[in-house]
Amino acid sequence: MGKKWWFFILSTIIIIPGIISLFVYGLNLGIDFTGGALLEYNFQQPVDKEQLKENIKSANVDVSVITNSGPSTYIVKTKPINQNQINKIKEVLSQKYPKVSEERVENIGPSIGAETTKNAFIAVVVASIMIILYLAISFRKVPKPASSWRFGITAVAALLHDVLLVVGVFSILGHFLNVEIDVLFVTAILTVIGFSVHDTIVVFDRIRENLPKNLSKSFTEIANISITQTLARSLNTSLTVILVLLAMLLFGGDSIRWFIVALLIGIISGTYSSIFNATALLVAWEEKLGH
Amino acid sequence: MKSRFALWSIVVFTLVAIIVNLPSVNNLPNQVGGLNLRFLKNNNLIIPFFGRNLDLNFLSPVNLTGKFPIKLGLDLQGGTELILQTDMSKINAADRDNALESARQVIERRVNLYGVSESVVQSSKLGEQRRILVELPGVKDSSSAANLVGKTALLEFREIPASAAAEASKSGIPILAFAQPTGLTGADLKKASVTFGGSGAKSGPQVSIEFTDIGAQKFGEITKRNVGKPLAIFLDGSPIEVPIVESEILGGRAQISGNFTAQTAKELSIQLNAGALPVPIEIIKQQSIGAALGNESVQKSLLAGFIGITTVAIFMVAYYGIYGLLADLALIIYSLLVLAIFRTGLFLIPPVTLTLAGIAGFILSIGMAVDANILTFERMKEELRSGKTGKLALETGFNRAWTSIRDSNVSSLITATILYMFGTSVVKGFALTLAIGVLVSMFSAIVVTRTILRMLPRFKR
Repeated sequence: MGKKWWFFILSTIIIIPGIISLFVYGLNLGIDFTGGALLEYNFQQPVDKEQLKENIKSANVDVSVITNSGPSTYIVKTKPINQNQINKIKEVLSQKYPKVSEERVENIGPSIGAETTKNAFIAVVVASIMIILYLAISFRKVPKPASSWRFGITAVAALLHDVLLVVGVFSILGHFLNVEIDVLFVTAILTVIGFSVHDTIVVFDRIRENLPKNLSKSFTEIANISITQTLARSLNTSLTVILVLLAMLLFGGDSIRWFIVALLIGIISGTYSSIFNATALLVAWEEKLGH
Repeated sequence: MKSRFALWSIVVFTLVAIIVNLPSVNNLPNQVGGLNLRFLKNNNLIIPFFGRNLDLNFLSPVNLTGKFPIKLGLDLQGGTELILQTDMSKINAADRDNALESARQVIERRVNLYGVSESVVQSSKLGEQRRILVELPGVKDSSSAANLVGKTALLEFREIPASAAAEASKSGIPILAFAQPTGLTGADLKKASVTFGGSGAKSGPQVSIEFTDIGAQKFGEITKRNVGKPLAIFLDGSPIEVPIVESEILGGRAQISGNFTAQTAKELSIQLNAGALPVPIEIIKQQSIGAALGNESVQKSLLAGFIGITTVAIFMVAYYGIYGLLADLALIIYSLLVLAIFRTGLFLIPPVTLTLAGIAGFILSIGMAVDANILTFERMKEELRSGKTGKLALETGFNRAWTSIRDSNVSSLITATILYMFGTSVVKGFALTLAIGVLVSMFSAIVVTRTILRMLPRFKR
């Protein structure tokens, strides 16, 4: 743990690009969050996008973007609209083009979008608080002067680092590769939280066990011993999860690709931060208090 | 003794889980190689027993398996999801829950008449928001579903007073704006059906309606006093047809010719048969997921999951040798138990609907189950290294690893519970499978692996 300041610097450097991207570009939020309509139409043959846009506009619908999803299929994104407008677009298109079929209609009202964002945020905050509380209770027997609250708070700090890293990376991916944030992304973040805390607890549990056995040693030394003892387990467990995820990434369907990427980044970061953030922070804190 | 009891419980649980998870026997081919499998399908297990016939059919594999198919969510099997927001502003606060329930029933009738199997129509109350969630598996055309479900479908017959013509020509307002309700509405209908008109102006799909006795009486009176005059038919406040009454109509039958396609005529007849919605509703979310996308992702994800788990199993054997093999066995039992719980819900909760996010939760829980084994093995290795003998090392290893397993799994359960409380449906699915997985993984790591390890000769001493 002598090099902990280097770890803090490294952790900060890792998350900085993402944070800058978050401030500059923000997140590329999908319609799950912003609300809006996503309409996919299949035509007999390729059509001119500009003309398609004009035609849809003649049904009094504001088109934000049209992209190709196949040789003659197009995805049209608009602000939230109602069923009458969707019917109207279909009517207009059927008049202008031969054989139009409506492949997909997703229409999410702005209230649902705002609610999804709010609920995801509340869930993360409440889960963090509950984890701090649980660790504070579960670690209450650590011998003084160590405090169980510090265990809980540093575990959550490491967790926030992992979340920030994944969100930051997806802000960058969103800007450069047009990767959208959807509800599955929220699930990925939640999984990362679960894994990160899980990992941290295993190291902390060892510190808790070693503290009463080594009353003569300093907190830093005990932390070092504990990390060495749990290293094999931490690496093996992460390796098994990463193996499953890599298989899913290579062989799984397209629809879950970015979900798996988010999980991979988060879980690798979670393993790293259970040792180099959570434990290092705890050690720094205890040292500052002179323990 | 305790160990033997645990062993038998594991065997029994595993067997039950295998039976629940077996594919339906009816899907088996009749013959495999030279083996005749027909007896498995034969549903005739009536055995003569002391002059009586004992019906043992309830024991037949046909009755036990295939009864618990895994329920797939919309994202996996394709379909349409609608969320409807009800507008309760005109309803008394005390009557709002009733209005929501009757709206839900009307929508459920519409969906059933439309012929969608395994549809879900649920009402939900979120603060003051009252919503109806509709899931239509297999329905690809979400627009027509939205048209069907989303209309209030209030059918009214309105007459046009004698003074209206003069006023309309004077003010320039269309004559229909002066139409007055007659008191005859969709509530007076006995039944509506789609018919096809003959030639001329009345050709094409029509909706035939039949009134109840009281409705027929009202209809007779209305047509009698309006002979030679228009009688407007309004749906949800806008006119769909304004026929001229030729003579008094008795017998309570009428046709609405409107401007229907076969589809819209069918939708209207369903809406009329199911009744009008008691409150206005607005579609706030509409999503259709292609079944092709669903199918592809399920198969690929299953294959990927299988490859991933096999790799983990190989890794465990390579790294931990015989222990790894036993952990793999525990992992297989674990997967069987979790799948059996998904299928049956243990008869305590409804069966789990598996979604993409749910699969993610399941895989995460497998990771945690493996982790519990790794934690214990690493701990046992340490105890053996410190010079403890077999049995003592095993028990100490498990006891020491338990606090880690407990704390990390409890924190996962806390996260899962909070997600279930605050999450939208996708997140809920994830939280539920994660929670089930974590609970079973604790059982698997502590009871299953430990019992199997205790049977090894080196841990008996």
